[in-house]
Amino acid sequence: MGEVKKGSYRRKKNLIAYSFIAPNFIGFFILTFIPIIFSFVLSVCEWDAGNSSQITFVGLANFQKMLTDSTFKISFKNTIVYTIGVVPSTLILSLLLAMLMNCKIKGRTFFRSVIFFPYVASLVAVGVVWNALFHPDNGPVNQLLMALGVQNPPRWAADIHWAMPTLILLSIWKNVGYYTIVYLAALQGVPGELYEASKMDGANAWQRFKCITWPMVTPSTFFVAIMLTIYTFKVFDMMYITTQGGPGRATNVLVYHLYNQAFISLNFGYASAIAMVLFVIILVITLFQFRFEKKFTSYL
Amino acid sequence: MYDSLRKKNPALYWLLQVLLYAVLILGALVMLLPFAWMLSASFKAQKDVFNFPIQWIPPEWHPENYQTIWTQIPLVTYFLNTAKLTIIITCIQLLTSSFAAYAFAKLDFKGRDQLFLMYVMTIAIPWQVYMVPQYIMMGKFHLTDSHLGLVLMHTFTAFGVFLIRQFYVGVPNELMEAARIDGLSEYGIWSRIMLPLSKPAIATLCITSFVNEWNDFMGPLIYLSTDSKKTLQLGLRLFNGQFSADYQLIMAASIVSLIPVFIMFVSLQKYFVEGIATSGMKG
Repeated sequence: MGEVKKGSYRRKKNLIAYSFIAPNFIGFFILTFIPIIFSFVLSVCEWDAGNSSQITFVGLANFQKMLTDSTFKISFKNTIVYTIGVVPSTLILSLLLAMLMNCKIKGRTFFRSVIFFPYVASLVAVGVVWNALFHPDNGPVNQLLMALGVQNPPRWAADIHWAMPTLILLSIWKNVGYYTIVYLAALQGVPGELYEASKMDGANAWQRFKCITWPMVTPSTFFVAIMLTIYTFKVFDMMYITTQGGPGRATNVLVYHLYNQAFISLNFGYASAIAMVLFVIILVITLFQFRFEKKFTSYL
Repeated sequence: MYDSLRKKNPALYWLLQVLLYAVLILGALVMLLPFAWMLSASFKAQKDVFNFPIQWIPPEWHPENYQTIWTQIPLVTYFLNTAKLTIIITCIQLLTSSFAAYAFAKLDFKGRDQLFLMYVMTIAIPWQVYMVPQYIMMGKFHLTDSHLGLVLMHTFTAFGVFLIRQFYVGVPNELMEAARIDGLSEYGIWSRIMLPLSKPAIATLCITSFVNEWNDFMGPLIYLSTDSKKTLQLGLRLFNGQFSADYQLIMAASIVSLIPVFIMFVSLQKYFVEGIATSGMKG
């Protein structure tokens, strides 16, 4: 009798809990979880939606195709270049800005807002003003360079060699504020006594940075580096908006190629194989984070 | 740490102070000048946009640029579409996320940890990885080229549940025990205790969601093909293509598109910063 009652009480408790989760979970399961599983399946299939809706299993053919697909190789290389250009410089710059803003300064809120604003501004609006500022003939940047005596200023986004650096610059400018705030929060958590004590011991500014600041913000550095790397691997809209992957294929990145294959050429199978490459890269980065950062974070 | 230096070596102290502010002001200028240039260009005549040296104050004022943009393309429609999507998605996301978060944080039930692990794992997987199968599925449901499709796609995020759950975990259990003894149902506890308590977390999610939806480009780009359904960012991009020489109009339209986010940012920036600080630390 008591057993039955306990069982039905337990069932009722479960049901109430499920009723809380259901509205979100049903949507999440159908629209996120199933597509994730489905994308594994698609990556080993061929599905040209343009001709038929037949899915055929092709094994690893999609992955073999990548080896001969020159655009894939270029887009992969470009993504790596973009990552190398964006991640370390954004990281260093944001730490530097955060350290400056952590000093006793007037107007910290103002500086914080100003540095952060590009991050929340829409890429379409920001992209258009950058295209105008860096316009190869009329843009203020090149006019300034010419006024300063530079004979042939770079043609920025219109030049094969300069297009990627231009976008890297834009990315740094747009994102540095976000990571500055992450670092600032970390720096504000460093106990002031540590600095006091080290000064008693006669440590100079560099030693204080090396022995106190840097070790204390390591968890944030991990976080910033990983977030930035994931961001640079999934970048798409910046290229689509400013350069359309050009000139030539100079700014064609992994997700840009994925987008073209999926939604322009309608090669869903091949596009999903590219998505798998992206998935594996991000999985490796995330596992790396879990392995080395376990002691700093707890999820469950 | 500066204070002792101030007494010992005032000259060095002031030099450092000047340097500090100089670097900060330079940084702020780099961040702000593109926007200032944009604002100034939006009031200029076409011929004056690229004048050099830069004229920050327009030589001739053309405030009518801000009128022209509304008549050239259906900017009002785009604006309303984006506003509608942003509001609907933000509201439903808040509601379902905080509902699910309560169960994950405070209720004990079968399969809780497994389900939550599923949520956490998918946070790390970028949308770009599964956008293709998701698009195919939406096509089967006839939800591509519809606002409903975009709403469904962006509403049920793992991130929202995770963010609010982290906040709920910190609410003391005694509060709920007391409410249960007083006869409140779990739904009552959620609506009368948890929801009012979690204002900061809700504000953070609200802002994140608002900014993401307002600025979203790739989702509408892939999903929407009918002109009357397009969003502000897509419209702005079309506009830029059509009036590629009329920089003053492009800049005016861009400024208009930035205003809602700017207002949101200025009035709620405390929550922006807190949101980054907390979610940043938890990763």
